[in-house]
Amino acid sequence: MQEPTLYKLIPAIPFCIHSFPQNSVYQKGKKVMALEVTQILLSAQSVDGSVRKHAEESLKQFQEQNLSGFLLSLSGELANDEKPVDSRKLAGLILKNALDAKEQHRRYELIQRWLSLDVGVKTQIKTYLLQTLTSSVYEARSTAAQVIAKVAGIELPQKQWPELIGSLLSNIHQVPVHVKQATLETLGYLCEEVSPDVVEQDHVNKILTAVVQGMNASEGSNDVRLAATRALYNALGFAQANFSNDMERDYIMRVVCEATLSQEVKIRQAAFECLVSISSSYYEKLGPYMQDIFNITAKAVKEDEEPVALQAIEFWSSICDEEIDILEEYGGDFSTAVSDVPCFYFIKQALPALVPMLLETLLKQEEDQDQDEGAWNLAMAGGTCLGLVARTVGNDIVPLVMPFIEENITKPDWRQREGATYAFGSILEGPSPNQLVPLVNVALNFMLTALTKDPNNHVKDTTAWTLGRIFEFLHGSTMETPIITSANCQQIITVLLQSMKDAPNVAEKSCGALYFLAQGFEDVGPSSPLTPFFQVIVQSLLAVTHREDAGESRLRTAAYETLNEVVRCSTDETIPMVLELVPIIMMELHNTLEKQKLSSDEREKQNELQGLLCGCMQVIIQKLAASDATKYSFMQYADQTMNLFLRVFACRSATVHEEAMLAIGALAYATGPDFAKYMPDFYKYLEMGLQNFEEYQVCAVTVGVVGDICRALEEKVLPWCDGIMTQLLKDLSSNQLHRSVKPPIFSCFGDISLAIGENFEKYLMYAMPMLQSAAELSSHTSGADDEMIEYTNLLRNGILEAYSGIFQGFKNSPKTQLLIPYAPHILQFLDLIYMEKDMDEMVMKTAIGVLGDLADTLGSNAGSLIQQSLSSKDFLNECLASDDHLIKESAEWAKMAISRAISV
Amino acid sequence: MAPHDIRRPFKRAAISDQQKRRELSLQRQAQNRTEAQLQARRLASSILSFPNQNSDPQPLESVDLIPEPIVEEPKTDAGDISEIDIRQAARLKGSEARRWFASQLMLPEWMIDVPDRLNEDWYVFARPSGKRCFVVSSNGTTVSRLRNGSLLHRFPSALPSGAKTRDSSRSAQSYCILDCIFHELDQTYYVIDMVCWAGISFYECTAEFRFFWMNSKLVESGACEAPSTYHRYRFSLIPVYSCDHEGLQTAYAGAVSYVKDGLLFYNKHAHYQTGNTPLVLVWKDETCSQYVIDTDNKGQFPNQQQVVLELQDNGQLVTSDDPPVVLGCLNAYFIQETGLHSGNLVRFAVNDGGLTFVDGKLEKADLHYIGKVHRARAFADSYSKIVFQYMVRHSPLRIEHLFASMGTLSEQESNEVEMVG
Repeated sequence: MQEPTLYKLIPAIPFCIHSFPQNSVYQKGKKVMALEVTQILLSAQSVDGSVRKHAEESLKQFQEQNLSGFLLSLSGELANDEKPVDSRKLAGLILKNALDAKEQHRRYELIQRWLSLDVGVKTQIKTYLLQTLTSSVYEARSTAAQVIAKVAGIELPQKQWPELIGSLLSNIHQVPVHVKQATLETLGYLCEEVSPDVVEQDHVNKILTAVVQGMNASEGSNDVRLAATRALYNALGFAQANFSNDMERDYIMRVVCEATLSQEVKIRQAAFECLVSISSSYYEKLGPYMQDIFNITAKAVKEDEEPVALQAIEFWSSICDEEIDILEEYGGDFSTAVSDVPCFYFIKQALPALVPMLLETLLKQEEDQDQDEGAWNLAMAGGTCLGLVARTVGNDIVPLVMPFIEENITKPDWRQREGATYAFGSILEGPSPNQLVPLVNVALNFMLTALTKDPNNHVKDTTAWTLGRIFEFLHGSTMETPIITSANCQQIITVLLQSMKDAPNVAEKSCGALYFLAQGFEDVGPSSPLTPFFQVIVQSLLAVTHREDAGESRLRTAAYETLNEVVRCSTDETIPMVLELVPIIMMELHNTLEKQKLSSDEREKQNELQGLLCGCMQVIIQKLAASDATKYSFMQYADQTMNLFLRVFACRSATVHEEAMLAIGALAYATGPDFAKYMPDFYKYLEMGLQNFEEYQVCAVTVGVVGDICRALEEKVLPWCDGIMTQLLKDLSSNQLHRSVKPPIFSCFGDISLAIGENFEKYLMYAMPMLQSAAELSSHTSGADDEMIEYTNLLRNGILEAYSGIFQGFKNSPKTQLLIPYAPHILQFLDLIYMEKDMDEMVMKTAIGVLGDLADTLGSNAGSLIQQSLSSKDFLNECLASDDHLIKESAEWAKMAISRAISV
Repeated sequence: MAPHDIRRPFKRAAISDQQKRRELSLQRQAQNRTEAQLQARRLASSILSFPNQNSDPQPLESVDLIPEPIVEEPKTDAGDISEIDIRQAARLKGSEARRWFASQLMLPEWMIDVPDRLNEDWYVFARPSGKRCFVVSSNGTTVSRLRNGSLLHRFPSALPSGAKTRDSSRSAQSYCILDCIFHELDQTYYVIDMVCWAGISFYECTAEFRFFWMNSKLVESGACEAPSTYHRYRFSLIPVYSCDHEGLQTAYAGAVSYVKDGLLFYNKHAHYQTGNTPLVLVWKDETCSQYVIDTDNKGQFPNQQQVVLELQDNGQLVTSDDPPVVLGCLNAYFIQETGLHSGNLVRFAVNDGGLTFVDGKLEKADLHYIGKVHRARAFADSYSKIVFQYMVRHSPLRIEHLFASMGTLSEQESNEVEMVG
């Protein structure tokens, strides 16, 4: 048997979904550098680039040669009141960055590095940091507060630095106000960094007491009050027990509400932020306070400065979020809900007062808000909240909003027309179609006229958006009465196409409206009302993409997205026109590749366009490949298309790679075994994609494409499998790759094995232990949160799909016996999944399928093992009795395979 | 601590088209994966690799007297159907379907000696006289195909997915493939084996399991009921017996509703295997079959036994078995003179010298050249057929021998024990 040489490169790879220890990069410095840190830190902020670069170089060297010395001098610098503010701030910042990083694996390295430092050194640094909190320089204190929280974030979970919280709390009682302020700020950061379960309840109580006392109106210093209020925002996550205690909760709520009335705007804003956070964390405790909160928020929305008013509106949006979630989860039937939070219908109760308050905000638009991507103002927040309220209460909102619309929609002031139109658009999701359709039938003509004739850009923008909402929620095959009829279809389309020539922001909304109009005809059958207009729609959309100003208001993107939807919704009648699109889009893509010598700005735009074109090609190919006749017609373009995609890979943009990869997946599906001829050129990009840890979406998409290729090439994929498997195994053992990519990689093992059958033999010794360790890891998640349970299910599904593919791949092979040693573990894994009871339908279906595959492939070799397993009895019976058609089908298959295996 | 950003998406659809593209792609991939899995689950080894006609020749059974049109297949696109699974096969049409089904039947060898443990490991039943065929129901219609793949009937039936008006709820993956004999007299399909039922493949099931399943499912489906609008032909089960004394006697002499054509013996543990197999055996004598001795093209019994053999490169004449058995050799001069080529099927008469056996193995055959075989004929005779036909003319394997084998088994075993002592 030939040993696959490639694998000698990767000895004993562990599976990794969490970070695993890496070699510490910490080395004890051999020589202490006598270094003037202050000067270097100042130089590192110099306006002179070369000075700055030199200083950064020196800092880096210092850090590499003597980490302890480096961190010590930085903390010394930060603590030293005689040093300049700028050098102190930067010292603190570098310290902070030495303790934490965004990337998971890098953070893990830094944590390990800190933990392995000499205890004496660490103690000295921590002393410097606490000492800095008493500094009279605000920037120094504030920076130290953040660094302390980072150290606490590392050490408290390790049960180190037990005296920290005690010494911080003792600071609170110190006289100087600035120390108190810095301490509260530190506690705030600490609560943000540290998970509640590593702080004992006694400390939590003391922290909360200190924070809430600091917020109290009796506190003389606004700085202290602000620091305390901001600290409470982070500490709310620790207050579970305190919010269950009526007296403590009343106290906290009173202090927060009082703070919303402070003279200081920042305190009011921070207090409303606390209320927003409380509304989602402690929704079920809010009942007694709602009347007061309504009064406070109404006042703020009416009179207060915008940042405060925005938070006040956000409180109601957040309550809507909560109630929408609750109502969606139970469909209004709480008799089945045992322990979960019930809906208190706060929004419904507040409705008569809440809606007028929100409607008023709609008239406070800013002049250019529709052209400004970053805009967020009272009118936008109020309108958004109104939409959420409509989703929460449904029909009840309609009579409260209609008078406002009727009164304002024809007024000369554009604000009133726009506000009325926005209100109408906002309530289109939530109330029942029965309520809305008569209103829409009346309004539709008015809207179409406004879209062509209204002199104001905002009004047209909102009108087009509202039309889009009408088509999104009230048009489609499930509607009883159609909004779009043969009588008005032509007019609607004519107006939308006309409006696509308007200003970019208006044209973009019209594209959006057309998107939903097409979507509503998706399952209309072979003959679509869109058929007569298909050609002109496609031409108009292509014309939009060529507009000079298509780069504004994401107009070009919207036009291509709408083109995609129009293609997806094409029918037998219009599919020939989709085929005609292929050479057109190919030519566009070709043109982008011909342009040379672009500025970086131009290149970015070019990449964006290539991404859109690849996305469009992907949709077209997928559509054409769905039927044999059009698939064969498309084949004439396959070679050229693939060439273009390969050229696209030469540019460095994650989005473009992802889109091109998805398009290639669709192409592989369409071409089938013929895809083999592209593999020699394509393979390197496939490998590149699998190595792209940073842009993990690209990696994930590439893994999916490997599956497409396996199914397309079947055994012809064999020559490429060594490379692919090597890469996939490396991916699995990497702690840099985003964990969401790992389950699909396991599924991909299954795809490969199914394609190459017993040739998978040489990968068994690597794949099986990996699967086994992942399976074991997935079983140590008891008591995990919802997110972890969901991930566990995904991971298990991937593992099980791998097993299925491997068993089926080896079926009928003389090498089947190679799998026998793995059978006991796999059966145990199935039993374990069954006993843990938190599997979802997907895992259930896959798991019972694996049982069948195992029995099918191993036959009598596994007969007695299978009979001993719990899965073959209770689990199987449960699946056989399932209401889920797919689970039942898999179970019946398993039952047959088992009876066959034990009958021999 | 900076204020927290509370901006929400404004006038934006809930999901971007890019996200939608990603999700649709994932959906397609997941669906393709599921289909690939399902396909694999329903796939049988024998079908994974479509037997190449050159390397894996199959003998023709001689029991069918009705001439069947054998279609010459263009070899150029032979690869197209090489990797077809049953599910796809059920939907094949025209020449592709003919080619596929022509290679899929399990063909019995002729019984030239009595297998061991006949009474323990084997079933027996009386084979109905008629056309051996595959019956395939799928997508609302039922089609029967003869051994060479050509179409016999297209009709509605009560089989799953066998008629348009029935079982409309069934998925497209529901289809059946039955191994049948069509009995002209009562216009009935006698089911002798089941390859697929309601989308589930039975290729790797033992005969024991297949027969059990067949008995319960076929009746359940209503296919055994009298013909009606949506069920044009009746299907019928055949009583299958364990091959003990009583079972063999019943199959051999018992009354049945059809004309018998010999006995079929199935090894209980054998899977359904395409091509000829020694785990299914056919045996006949004059009592249970009208067609014991082969007829010639005109339906006459020839005076001498005739055999069809294939000419090899080296001049050897071989049977259709795998590996082939050499019955003789032609010299180069003779080949040149008669214009024969390697691969030709050649007909011989067995001369008075007959077949000579040494230790149960054929050593010599006295053959007389008749001529090339009509090109419609695809395969040479199998070894077992030649020997059975020879035995029928000289010293037939009689029913008494079969009965006798059951009684002698234990005696032989005890003899062995005594010899050790």
